[in-house]
Amino acid sequence: MLEIKCPWCGPRAQTEFSYAGDATLTRPSLDTATETEWYEHVYLRGNPRGPHDELWHHAAGCRRFVKVRRDVTTHEIIATAGPHEHLGGGGK
Amino acid sequence: MTRYSIFSLARNALTGHKNWPQAWRSPEPKPEYDVIIIGAGGHGLGTAYYLAKNHGTTNIAVLEKGWLGGGNTGRNTTIVRANYERTENELFYEHSLKLWETMSQDLNFNVMFSQRGVINLAHSDAQVDAFQRRGNAMILNGSDAMLLNPAEIKARAPHLDCSADARFPIKGGLLQPRGGTARHDGVAWGYARAADARGVDIIQNCEVTGLDISNGQITGVQTTRGAIKAKKVGIAVAGHTGHLATMAGMRLPIESHVLQAMVSEPVKPCLDTVITSGAVHCYISQSDKGELVMGGDLDFYNSYAQRGNFPRIEDVVSSVITMFPSFSRLRLMRTWGGVMDMSMDGSPIISKTPTKGFYINGGWCYGGFKATPGSAWVFAHTIANDEPHELNGQYRLERFQQGHMIDEHGAGPTPGAH
Repeated sequence: MLEIKCPWCGPRAQTEFSYAGDATLTRPSLDTATETEWYEHVYLRGNPRGPHDELWHHAAGCRRFVKVRRDVTTHEIIATAGPHEHLGGGGK
Repeated sequence: MTRYSIFSLARNALTGHKNWPQAWRSPEPKPEYDVIIIGAGGHGLGTAYYLAKNHGTTNIAVLEKGWLGGGNTGRNTTIVRANYERTENELFYEHSLKLWETMSQDLNFNVMFSQRGVINLAHSDAQVDAFQRRGNAMILNGSDAMLLNPAEIKARAPHLDCSADARFPIKGGLLQPRGGTARHDGVAWGYARAADARGVDIIQNCEVTGLDISNGQITGVQTTRGAIKAKKVGIAVAGHTGHLATMAGMRLPIESHVLQAMVSEPVKPCLDTVITSGAVHCYISQSDKGELVMGGDLDFYNSYAQRGNFPRIEDVVSSVITMFPSFSRLRLMRTWGGVMDMSMDGSPIISKTPTKGFYINGGWCYGGFKATPGSAWVFAHTIANDEPHELNGQYRLERFQQGHMIDEHGAGPTPGAH
């Protein structure tokens, strides 16, 4: 069981959260983005083997999104933060 | 290669089974090959075999970072089926199913392919209608399908709770009689032995650490056992597809997720078909050793670890017990995980890439095992001819940019949803 430290609620069980995927993506501008930029945003992923920045939704808690840096080879959670905050702990 | 037969069995029985030859060699890597396949699972070994058998290419190496068949080939729940609605999928998987039917004879290796049937359960009237439509589509595409009513399902799986007050009442089911299970390790071993007999070098404990690319053309690979040159390189590395693609400077429409499977303690024969439920989401069959083999959802987070977490094990087990109440008495014996290359439309990628001579076979989500022979067949064709086979052109990498996704469930670009 993963224990995810919610910045607002403290350490909580993984079962309170819903996974929301890659946190490194930035939605392209609605006005200026090209089709290629949209394709890259919607479909392509870095999918790194190592530390991975991702979003978890604290669905059965405060219902806020939490940014998590987690090593996907060991499942170790390196750092957590609010969705717009900078994660400590190194890696990408 | 010494052929396995009743005579070789009798001969070796007389000498106490001490003189069986090695099934394949363990050669040192040569400095250069015509084709290198990365990944010695069923798909990779099968690709090498069909390259040799169908296309006359024999200067081939299959590189494996661990031991052959130690990845997803040895971690799946061994289900073989071809029950897709979309024509793009059904024609491919039906070709694969036909190859399963002759695999043991072709490879001279008993892969214990057992056509015990695969049943998808319907839990609502709407789902019965959808299955009728899917079954008709399968038949129109040359495959087999039967719509079952609850009584017919009960007759095939007496322990299944088909009562009206079941938590998920069973309204019907779609049976593919020619589906079933196979001995998963045997598939890797059979392809390895048959490929080796045709001169393919299978090199284990040899991890690829880099790809050599110059002027957009692949020239070889860097490995933990030194550099090896190659004219063409194909990858069949399942969950690690994205990792290998990074070495070629590519981002792929793939996320790697962990999927767990588990077996109960072995018991006497009690389930002689494969039962799956898409709505509850679990699948169960009984192995020849007597264990009940079970699986369900992904853990639903990115992972390259070949293990998952307890919440999903509980989900799968509770789903199985809901459908088969008597199985609640069994103890769980073993659980494990495999890394799934979840694609953005739930369908695989068997394709050329922007790098000349570099080919990708991946994105199998959790349907790779059943596709093994078909995938190997068309991937060998793609590599040999530098053009896709008529059955895998639709699985090209560019389809995501072109809008030609093959999304069987209409789940959209969320890899965990397929």
